[in-house]
Amino acid sequence: MTLPEIPALLDSLEARLELCLDRLAVDRDRLAVVGIHTGGVWVAEQLHMRLGLPTPLGTLDIGFWRDDFDHQGLPEGIRASDLPFAVEGRDILLVDDVIMSGRTIRAALNELFDYGRPRRVLLASLLSLPGRELPIQPDACGAELSLAPGQRVKLQGPDPLTLSLVERR
Amino acid sequence: MIDPASRPGTPAQVQLGDDGRLRHFIDIEGLPKALLTEILDTADSFRGVQEAQVKKVPLLRGKTVANLFFENSTRTRATFELAAKRLSADVLNLDIKTSSTAKGETLLDTLQNLEAMQADAFVVRHSDSGAAHFIASQVTPRVAIINAGDGRHAHPTQAMLDMLTIRRHKGDFSRLRVAIVGDILHSRVARSQILALNTLGAAEVRVVAPRTLLPVDVEALGCRVFTRLSEGLAGADVVIALRLQKERMDGALLPSESEFYRHYGLTRDSLAWAHPEAIVMHPGPINRGVEIESAVADGPRSVILDQVTNGIAVRMAVLSMAVSGQTREREQRRQETQ
Repeated sequence: MTLPEIPALLDSLEARLELCLDRLAVDRDRLAVVGIHTGGVWVAEQLHMRLGLPTPLGTLDIGFWRDDFDHQGLPEGIRASDLPFAVEGRDILLVDDVIMSGRTIRAALNELFDYGRPRRVLLASLLSLPGRELPIQPDACGAELSLAPGQRVKLQGPDPLTLSLVERR
Repeated sequence: MIDPASRPGTPAQVQLGDDGRLRHFIDIEGLPKALLTEILDTADSFRGVQEAQVKKVPLLRGKTVANLFFENSTRTRATFELAAKRLSADVLNLDIKTSSTAKGETLLDTLQNLEAMQADAFVVRHSDSGAAHFIASQVTPRVAIINAGDGRHAHPTQAMLDMLTIRRHKGDFSRLRVAIVGDILHSRVARSQILALNTLGAAEVRVVAPRTLLPVDVEALGCRVFTRLSEGLAGADVVIALRLQKERMDGALLPSESEFYRHYGLTRDSLAWAHPEAIVMHPGPINRGVEIESAVADGPRSVILDQVTNGIAVRMAVLSMAVSGQTREREQRRQETQ
């Protein structure tokens, strides 16, 4: 199967996001973009640049908020999250590279709320794959893909950003 | 029947699982540099959590951490309690001296009762060297044991919070000269610090003390010995003052406290021998005017309160990593029996 090209995906994500922000009348001067480590941060950097937002980019590492500690233990290489703005009362755009089960986003929402009560949280994802395990949907995504069972997609980067298929045993 | 998880052996063998991950944290000795670095990195990430409004993560939700203090402590116990609570664990504080053991229950009975209450980690402070190791290897191998100080042997979380403080202020260890000053003889902290600094590759580790307060063979731990403060502090990047442990001194090791202060006290004058940007540390509690002058302890180069903040982050790291190691082992056993 051929995976879509990154520039086309980013163009599509940006266009859909613009529509969404207009429809919801989001004040872009108050909008903060937050990327989820690692791939989500790369996509967030691109979106932050393209949208030309004044608020600095935030990053979240959801390692301490994962729901599989009892099975997997502590993941390796957790970084400190960095939200260089007040979350309280702000519109937040969460960005990830791929949404599938929705568990990463649940963990990110939990972590985000520990920094304050945002006014509204939106979700953008470069790719959306089937397999949701929670009632969480992106407000904008670059493309929806269907993969064969056992296949995953992985974003590599940051320069250049590339997509590759990973076979899961 | 012997529990397969019990591993008589050195602390290093007991501490690590087959996959090389931490399952108990008892001593710095034998732990590889990569693992110490992982503890520091994880602690650094927890420092970030301390900046959020809600200073908690849900990692140990539903888990129980029991603080077993067979010996007095205020700061260590408080920071362990806070660390466990910030990991969302339930915390049980047991002051053993005043509870069951006073009624005649043995240590083994106490621990087995706590294990039956399904505690996931024991934080142990004991006046006997080797107490934590004994518990981890022989008594409750499936409960993560964290050593919060055992006799004169080790105080590994104190050493790691000191390492975190040094790294956050000075960066790379390979260029650093670190001087540890004072009562080395009675100090489990000094021993753990020397081991940690050597494992992390510090350029030079020095101990500075009168002969009577130096253990025999201290050089074997990997440090240079100085008996004159001026020489020991010369050009040091990090100066660690230790508390004079009056309660552990059973002989005439010192002429007087004022004599000690005159020769080994960290004052503004003596600090001038160190590097101009040297940081000053102290594990606490401080005897002002005995090992350190107030103006130094509260001065611009002191990072003593930073050590306390880092202590919470390091204890969060060690608790979560050891419980994580136990969790992985349990999961592996479960898969093997399926």
